[in-house]
Amino acid sequence: MNKPLFAALLMLAAAMPAIAGEAAPVAKDVALEKRVMALSEELRCLVCQNQTIADSNAPLAIDLKSQVREKLAAGMSEREIIDYMVARYGDFVLYRPPVRTTTMLLWFGPPLLLVLGLWLFARTVLRRRAAPPLSTDEQARARALLDATENRQP
Amino acid sequence: MNTESTTQAARGSSLRYGLPLAAFLVLAVFLGIGLNLNPREVPSPLVGKPAPHFELPQLHRADLRFSETDMRGKVWMLNVWASWCAACRDEHPVLVELAKSGTIPIVGLNYKDKRDEGIAWLARFGDPYLLSAYDEQGRVGIDYGVYGVPETYVIDKRGVIRYKRIGIVTPQIVSQKILPLVSELNRE
Repeated sequence: MNKPLFAALLMLAAAMPAIAGEAAPVAKDVALEKRVMALSEELRCLVCQNQTIADSNAPLAIDLKSQVREKLAAGMSEREIIDYMVARYGDFVLYRPPVRTTTMLLWFGPPLLLVLGLWLFARTVLRRRAAPPLSTDEQARARALLDATENRQP
Repeated sequence: MNTESTTQAARGSSLRYGLPLAAFLVLAVFLGIGLNLNPREVPSPLVGKPAPHFELPQLHRADLRFSETDMRGKVWMLNVWASWCAACRDEHPVLVELAKSGTIPIVGLNYKDKRDEGIAWLARFGDPYLLSAYDEQGRVGIDYGVYGVPETYVIDKRGVIRYKRIGIVTPQIVSQKILPLVSELNRE
């Protein structure tokens, strides 16, 4: 084997781990990958805060995804992994915040506003309907006005 | 129009204009508060908890290791940095100054960096660290809930995290937060 070829092969061999490192994040196991994606969609990317780690390509999101993959492969349950993430990053890492006293307004504010809106709407409509009937005087006046406009027409 | 209907109309109009105005004011206050919050500052669940255990090779001496247990009995600061982090360069003079004062030992956590680049960066800008632990994969970073470098932790004698700063440590933070906390913790 000549020297340059040997050197080239050696370099290629040295580069192999790097290539393998790139490919590693995609697990061969399709079922596992599905679980990884499902769980990743529950976790917020802390760098790009309006994305889940499944959507994000930020380095930290990729790291967290590979953590999820590793831990699922090691037999940890979804619940345990979520607890692991919350212990490090707080509730903020959850895309669906838990119901707590501090998040009551967040969870129940919108339905409450809807109920309030419906109530205001119903009240207004009922009030309009319940307008008192005209007195005889008022009826006579209304008739006179209506007759006047009708007579004016050709 | 009689007086009764006049007062009724007045009440109606004060409700008609007052209610939306009140709703607007409430909304404006909430939005105002919201605008002044920093969404980057996620409250860390780690404050008040023991610093997560780790053991890493040192940046300058790959043959030596560092663990947070090495600092037991001391009040110390862990600063997460990287040579690729632009904000770290802005923060750096503050840390160099703090290290010079000798108030608190600062340990660096060189996060997802290349070893030679990290060493070169310290050689260029000065090294305020007692030593830097080398977290090549960013695993320890995840355990410490790191998501935006630089981040800084103040850890007490029992190894409990007492303060966390996400982002640059400014001279104001040093004088108003870190120094008072350190002197308080040293008395514990």
